[in-house]
Amino acid sequence: MSTTTANLGVLPRGVQVALALGLVALAAFPFAGTDFYTQMVTRMMIMAIFAMSLDLLQGVTGLVSLGHAAYFGLAGYALAFLTPQGEAVSLWWTLPLAVMASGLAALVIGFFVVRTHGIYFIMVTMAFAQMVFYLFFDNKVLGGSDGLYINFKPGTALFGWVPFDLDNKLTLYYFTLALLLGVYAFLRCLLWSPFGRALAGIRVNEHRMRAMGYGVFGYKLTAFTLAGSVAGLAGYLWGAQTGYINPELMGFHMSAHVIMMVILGGMGNFAGAIVGAFAFEYLLYVFKDLPQIGAVNLGKHWQLWMGLFIVLLVTFAPRGILGLANKFMKRKATGHE
Amino acid sequence: MDLANFLIQLLNSVQYGLLLFMLAAGLTLIFGIMGVVNLAHGSFYMLGAYLAWSLSTQFGSLTLAILVGAVLAIVFGLALEWLLFRHFYKRDHLDQVLLTFGLIYIFEELRSIIWGDDVHGVTIPDALGASIPLTDNLSYPVYRLFMSGVCVLLAIGLYLLISKTRLGMKIRAGAFNRDMAEALGINIKLIHAVVFALGVGLASVAGMIAAPIASVYPNMGSQVLIMCFVVVVIGGIGSVRGALIAALLVGLVDTFGKVLLPSIAGMLVYMLMAAVLLWKPEGLFKQ
Repeated sequence: MSTTTANLGVLPRGVQVALALGLVALAAFPFAGTDFYTQMVTRMMIMAIFAMSLDLLQGVTGLVSLGHAAYFGLAGYALAFLTPQGEAVSLWWTLPLAVMASGLAALVIGFFVVRTHGIYFIMVTMAFAQMVFYLFFDNKVLGGSDGLYINFKPGTALFGWVPFDLDNKLTLYYFTLALLLGVYAFLRCLLWSPFGRALAGIRVNEHRMRAMGYGVFGYKLTAFTLAGSVAGLAGYLWGAQTGYINPELMGFHMSAHVIMMVILGGMGNFAGAIVGAFAFEYLLYVFKDLPQIGAVNLGKHWQLWMGLFIVLLVTFAPRGILGLANKFMKRKATGHE
Repeated sequence: MDLANFLIQLLNSVQYGLLLFMLAAGLTLIFGIMGVVNLAHGSFYMLGAYLAWSLSTQFGSLTLAILVGAVLAIVFGLALEWLLFRHFYKRDHLDQVLLTFGLIYIFEELRSIIWGDDVHGVTIPDALGASIPLTDNLSYPVYRLFMSGVCVLLAIGLYLLISKTRLGMKIRAGAFNRDMAEALGINIKLIHAVVFALGVGLASVAGMIAAPIASVYPNMGSQVLIMCFVVVVIGGIGSVRGALIAALLVGLVDTFGKVLLPSIAGMLVYMLMAAVLLWKPEGLFKQ
């Protein structure tokens, strides 16, 4: 990556305050918004977990994976296979199992891909993700191109006691919010741990890390597996929320979208990934919801607007919203001197 | 599998491999010389196929459509290089991935606006419509042989261009050491533009000659793009010779996999890639 310093600093006070305000806003949102928006924000939070998992690879370790959606989709499929036709299945064992399935796939694929560097890594992660995509797309037993329905949300009963009910949209919202916070806290701690520092070291200079005696292969494989598992957590939630899973969730458009989210918010600190996921999902919603003007339905051509947006962003503001703000602040600071 | 059947599958796999080579050659050259990863390369294949369809219905002749279409595609490639790609040669791979992903969206949507979302067929020219009988009920279409022939001719042309001409010498010099080549008075920007347009031209011609047998449909570029990635990874990035051998290998594995092991045919090519990665992480013919 172009930046040569590790991203280990404490977030600036302003960003911390903004994040705290954002959390308050998220906690209060269901009381202000309608059902539709509550569901939309739930989806945004799920995507934020997904984006954070990629940030561990892309921002922290410097590995650009173009196949991260495969692990997201796999956990969703795991939920679909584990849920029987006529009843709900327990959250308490399916969630860990689905996350482990994604983690296992990431471990196996990671064993091959982390040997490669730079451009090879991009191409190979994409190719393996497409392999998983076609495995599900081509086989009717696995749902085929139509995908699978998950008729019941996971149940939460523990020995007859039901602590909360995910069928309730509000409960699902707060359950997702809690997991979002948990994943954020976990990844921030990881960033500060010796393990996280080793990953940051690999991003800055892999050869030097190897010369210092770090087993770079093991570190990268662990990061890849961990990122795949967290992506699986997001995929499980997605499956539980929408009740429907199809191969598109594992396709390379999804993988590219999540890269966009991480870029949009700013890489390497996880907070940016959350902001980016919200911003990207909102943009997608706006573009798809554009009005009909005369004979032209602007919303139908959302891909054109999204494509133009991406090309303009990467041409003029390659470091995302935070990068643009930094640049602006620096210019202001030098102007005052 | 009897001999005639085996021969048909062998010819099919060579034809598929050569078609992949046309795409992968451009991809690997653009990466090897300019250092750009181009996800939109599959879109040029799609562009070619749609040009072949729309021009051949207009002119009534596929040959004329291919000639005019190739010129249009090369002009399009030059414009794209000048407008966007040349500003991204020294940028991060991540930026290049995003730029070219954005372009896929734009190209797909423009395709939908200009040509619609229907599946189209392109008729095979009468002169090439015949089949060569192999046994009483098996025959091989002449058009597929013609496709392979065109690919072989273009591959030979590409080889001669790169290794025997003055332009090819400059291209190799630029790939080897950009600054040194520039210091010696080679117009490296021009070389880059030529290489990029060449890649676009090859990909779109591949799309054009494939149009009659593969038909023309939305998103036809993505699947072929992934296969090209596999070919480039197996062959070694930047190596045209590696791309040729890898493309033929992928063609063989894919075609015979579908016949002999249909249940896992879709995965075989990726398993081949995984095996190569274990053995040689930088591909068979790393430059």
